[in-house]
Amino acid sequence: MARSTPDIPNSSMADIAFLLLTFFLMTTTVASDKGLLILLPPPPEALPPDEVEIPERNIFKIQINSSDKLLVEGNPWFSTSRELTDQIKIFILNDGRDPTSSDSPLKAIVSLKADRGTTHKKFIEVLDAAQAAYHEIYANRAGVSVKRWREISSDPNESPETKQAYDRGRDVGPNGTVGIPMALSIAEPSKVGG
Amino acid sequence: MSKFKKKVNTKQEIPTASMPDVVFMLLFFFMVTTKMRETSINVEQKMPQATQLKKLVKKSLISYLYIGAPKKVDQFGKEPKIQANDVFIETKNIVQWVNSEKSKLDEVDRDAITVSLKVDVEAKRGLISDVETELRKANARRVLYSANQKLEL
Repeated sequence: MARSTPDIPNSSMADIAFLLLTFFLMTTTVASDKGLLILLPPPPEALPPDEVEIPERNIFKIQINSSDKLLVEGNPWFSTSRELTDQIKIFILNDGRDPTSSDSPLKAIVSLKADRGTTHKKFIEVLDAAQAAYHEIYANRAGVSVKRWREISSDPNESPETKQAYDRGRDVGPNGTVGIPMALSIAEPSKVGG
Repeated sequence: MSKFKKKVNTKQEIPTASMPDVVFMLLFFFMVTTKMRETSINVEQKMPQATQLKKLVKKSLISYLYIGAPKKVDQFGKEPKIQANDVFIETKNIVQWVNSEKSKLDEVDRDAITVSLKVDVEAKRGLISDVETELRKANARRVLYSANQKLEL
């Protein structure tokens, strides 16, 4: 007697698979660990107590108030953040030519001071503009695109070429001193708005 | 001329027998790559946009702090709060949290810990600055302000 071979109906298999596929498609989130990287200063106790006087000309002051309005070098700012990036670049690369601007890229400091009431959105926008200025200077010196520069700086020790470009961009001297450090100072916020 | 006319007897249907295989392949891909989020985020999270983004290479070194207004307003109020793992924490507990995050890492990596601040756009700078001060005390000085890519015009 011939045994009947049991058949599992498989016409619905595709439907089931599609259902599962849709579920995983919907729940998958591509983790994005991207953002603006900064290095905070050491804890307040570890800082040397004697305050070093920095000449006014070497500080590029950006202030943001609690209603997200900008004050750049003491004047109200109405232009775009692209314009701000250009201004910061001019300031850093002044190298002593204009007596009211910075002495050298080494001494130039970009100071960013917000208010406690400033929104994070505005703060990021200004921080982005300041980092853009530095990245553009670095990328220009290293002879790479800004995008490539950011990739290099995330992992400079990837290969000898990236290390070399990284050092060239930041003007690293033979004794390891950085000629153009990213001197971005984020000051304690003022306490006007809540 | 009719001599050259060929009889058209090709099938018009697309063979669907291999479709389940293809779909299963896709399914396995997504099953393997999906990482279920282990914490549910209880604060508003709308990321700001920026151009100068950097990608972090070592993901194991990242710890996340979520800052924003609570989603359950009637329960927690509308003032922005800090969420670490699954709970809301106060600024004074951040040092403790950083130390417990550091203890999860290898000893050599402890000082390279990066704190990713996922801050809502509407959060105020005051709170974030308080968090930064605590992070400085806890010696976790590498900070990433999470942001999305802004389309450059």
